[in-house]
Amino acid sequence: MAPGLASDDRSTLLVGFEAATDFDAPLAADRLTAAGVPFDVEGATVAFPGEYRADAAVTRLAHALERDEDAGEGRSTRQRLADRVRPHLGDAERVGFPAILGDAHVEDVRADLSERLDAEVFEIPTGPPSLPGIRLEDRLFEALDEAGVSMTTGNPVVDHETDADGRIERVYIDRNGARIPYRADAYVLATGGLVGKGVDSDRDGPREAVFGCHVPAPDDRMAWSGEGAFADHAFARFGVDPDDRLRPLDAGGSPEFANLFAAGGVVGGADVAREKSASGVSLATGLVAGRTAAEEA
Amino acid sequence: MSDGHDTHHTDDDCGCSDAEATRPAGEGAVPDGGTATEAGGEFEPVDVFDGSDMDLRPGADSCYKCTSCDTSCPVAEVDDSFPGPKFQGPEQWRLKRKEDTEIDDSIMGCSNCMRCDGACPSDVPLSQMHNSARGEYVDNQMDKLSREYIRNRILANYGTLARVGSKVPRLTNAVMGNSLVQKINEKVLGITAERDFPEFADETFRSWWKRRGGPKVHSEEKRIAYFHGDYANYNTVEVAKALVRVYEEFGYEILVPDQRCSGTPMFANGMLDDARRSAKVNVENLGDAIENGYDVVASCTSCSMALRQEYPEQFDLDGTETVAANTYDALEYLLVHENVIDPIRAVDGDQLDLPDFAYHAPCHSRNQGLDRQAVELFRHLDGVDVEDVGDSCSGISGTYGWKEEKYDYSMEIGEEMFEHMEHAEGETGMTECPTCSMQMEHGTGYEINHPLEVLEKALVDTDVEV
Repeated sequence: MAPGLASDDRSTLLVGFEAATDFDAPLAADRLTAAGVPFDVEGATVAFPGEYRADAAVTRLAHALERDEDAGEGRSTRQRLADRVRPHLGDAERVGFPAILGDAHVEDVRADLSERLDAEVFEIPTGPPSLPGIRLEDRLFEALDEAGVSMTTGNPVVDHETDADGRIERVYIDRNGARIPYRADAYVLATGGLVGKGVDSDRDGPREAVFGCHVPAPDDRMAWSGEGAFADHAFARFGVDPDDRLRPLDAGGSPEFANLFAAGGVVGGADVAREKSASGVSLATGLVAGRTAAEEA
Repeated sequence: MSDGHDTHHTDDDCGCSDAEATRPAGEGAVPDGGTATEAGGEFEPVDVFDGSDMDLRPGADSCYKCTSCDTSCPVAEVDDSFPGPKFQGPEQWRLKRKEDTEIDDSIMGCSNCMRCDGACPSDVPLSQMHNSARGEYVDNQMDKLSREYIRNRILANYGTLARVGSKVPRLTNAVMGNSLVQKINEKVLGITAERDFPEFADETFRSWWKRRGGPKVHSEEKRIAYFHGDYANYNTVEVAKALVRVYEEFGYEILVPDQRCSGTPMFANGMLDDARRSAKVNVENLGDAIENGYDVVASCTSCSMALRQEYPEQFDLDGTETVAANTYDALEYLLVHENVIDPIRAVDGDQLDLPDFAYHAPCHSRNQGLDRQAVELFRHLDGVDVEDVGDSCSGISGTYGWKEEKYDYSMEIGEEMFEHMEHAEGETGMTECPTCSMQMEHGTGYEINHPLEVLEKALVDTDVEV
C-alpha cells in the first residue's frame, strides 16, 4: 500500500470494479482532488475480466487474480485487466485498486500488474470483507505457529477457576456443552467491546462478559447515551478500566486478577468511533498487554 | 421441513394440536425439525413455542454483516454461482419471512463444510440455517425422481450400500474399481468417474471386535463408548483398531454400542428424514452408554460434529443435549484426561518406523476448535516432522466432491492443500477425516494416516510407559 501514500506527488489513477461496489474510483478521485492532495488523480471504473455474477465474492475475484485464471478469449485475468485499465492510464505513474489483488501471493499480482501497466500498482483498503485483514491474520497465525504457541479458536470461554492468590488458574471453553479446560500462566483478554460482545450489559449495568470484570458506568441509565445519534455517548466509552500494566481494575481500584491483561476494544475510556482511534488503541494496548503478560509466564 | 407439513385442512389427520395448526403462517414456517408425523403415522411431540431452540430468528438478528463467513467459504471462492453463507443463512431466512418465497436452488451448492460457523464472531447458527433451508428445498422443491435426488440419496446413505458391499468385500472392490462401472456411475447417476471408490476391508471393525471377544481392559472409572461411524467400520478398520489399542493402553474399558451413520452425509444432502432416523438410534444407544458411565468418543471429526452440533440444532430428540455434552473427538478426550505429552516426549521417533507427515485439519475439526491438536501434540515427538499444510479446505466435503458436476470445483478448492502438501517435508499425509483423506490421496498419491495410528505406533507395545 506504500506507493499509495497521499504525500507522494506522483500522478495517480484509481480503478474501481463494477462488481465491487464498495469502492467508487471516480468519486474517491474527486474527493482527493477536493481535499487538495499534491498529485493529479483520476478515477475509472472497469468491468472485472471474465464472467462473474454482479455481486461476486471478493475472495472469488482475488482467487482469479492470484491464480491468473483464464478470463476468456484465450487470455488470463491479469492480462485482460491490464488491457482494460491501459486506456485510462494517461500520465499516471501509479495505479490504485481496491484491496482484492490476491491473498497469499498479493505481491506477485502487484508486481505483474505494475509491469504490465508500467506504473506502480497499489491497493486501497476497503470495508469488510478485507483481504488485507485476512493476510494480516494469516501472518499472525504463522508467527504464532513458528513460536510454538498452542492455539484453539472458535469456541467461547465460559468459565474460569482462580487459585488461593486470586490468580486465574484455568479457563473452560464450551464445545456444545462439553467443558474443556485450558491452563496458562497469564491471560490476555481481547474480546472486543459492546459490538464485539466483550462487554455485556443489562438494566443493572455493563460488565465484562468472560470474567465479569468491573466496567465503570453512570448509575443513571439515562446518562448512558446523549441526545442525537452522533452525540458524545457514555456507552461508547464502556470497557474495563486498566492499570498501567493493563490489568482490569475492580470498583475499588485493585486488579481483578493478577494475571489478566486487557487489549483492544474491551478496554474502556476511549470513544474510538468519534476519535477514529480504534486501530491505534488496539495496537498500543495489544503491545503492552502482550509484553506484560509475557512477564508473568 | 422434511417431516412437517405446510398446509392444514380441517379434515387432515395430521396429529397437530390446534395451537400449532392455528399459528400465524409466519411463525409456523420456521423449519424446526421437530414437527413430526413419521412414516408409520406415529406422532411425536412438536416444537410449537416461539423462542425455542429451533427458532432461527435470534440467529438471523445477530448477523451484523461483517462477511467473515463469506470470506471463509471455500465454495464461494471457486463457484461463481454460489452466493455464499451470509445469503444462504440470515439473508435467505429474512427473505422467507416476507412472503411465500421458495428456497433459492443455490443452497445445493453448499458443501456443508461448516467453516462459516467457526468464522462467525456473532454466533449466527449458519450451518443450522443451511441445513434447515436445504432440508426444506429437498422436501418441497426437488423432484424425487430426478437423477440428482436419486444420486444424492445414494451418496447420503453410503452406510446402507456399505453394509451390503462389505459382505463380499473382494467382489465389491473389483466391481466398483472397474472403469466401466465407474463410467456408468457417472453417466447414469452423476457420480464422478475420476475418483476410485474406497475399498472395503476384508473384515469389518465390528466383526473383528466380536471375534476378539470385546474389551480386553475393564475399568469402573475409565470408560468410553466408541462411535466408529460407517467408514472406520467398513473401510479404514485400522483406524478403529488403533483407537481400541491406544485407549486400552491408557486403561480404558471400551464399549462399542450399536450405531448407525452419524448423519453427516444426509445433512449435507438435505435428507433430514434419513438423518433423523439415524440420530434417533444413535442418541438412544449412546444415551444409554452415558447413563452407564461411559463418555462417547469418535475417531471421525465429522461424526463428532454431527453428534455434538447438528443433532441438537436440527432435532428435538430426548437426550440429544446430554449426548452432545458428553461426546468428544478421540484425541481431544485423551488430551483432556491423560498425560499424553510426556509419553510422546519419551518416544524416540527415529527408532520407530514413522515417516514425516503433511497434516491437514478437516473443516469439521476446525469447527470444533480441534484443528491444532494433532500438530501441537506431535511437536513433542522427536524425529518425526508433522507439518500443518494450512487452513484451506480439502475440497471434497464428504459427498460434495463425488458429484460429477462438483468434481472440478472440489479439485480447485483442494489445489491449495495439494500444493502445500507437495511443499511439506513429509510424503505421508495425516488427517482425522476419512473423506479429506480420500481427497489428499487423490490429489497427491500419498498414503494417509490418522493421528490415532501414529499414537498407536508411538505408544502401544513400545518401551514407553503411559
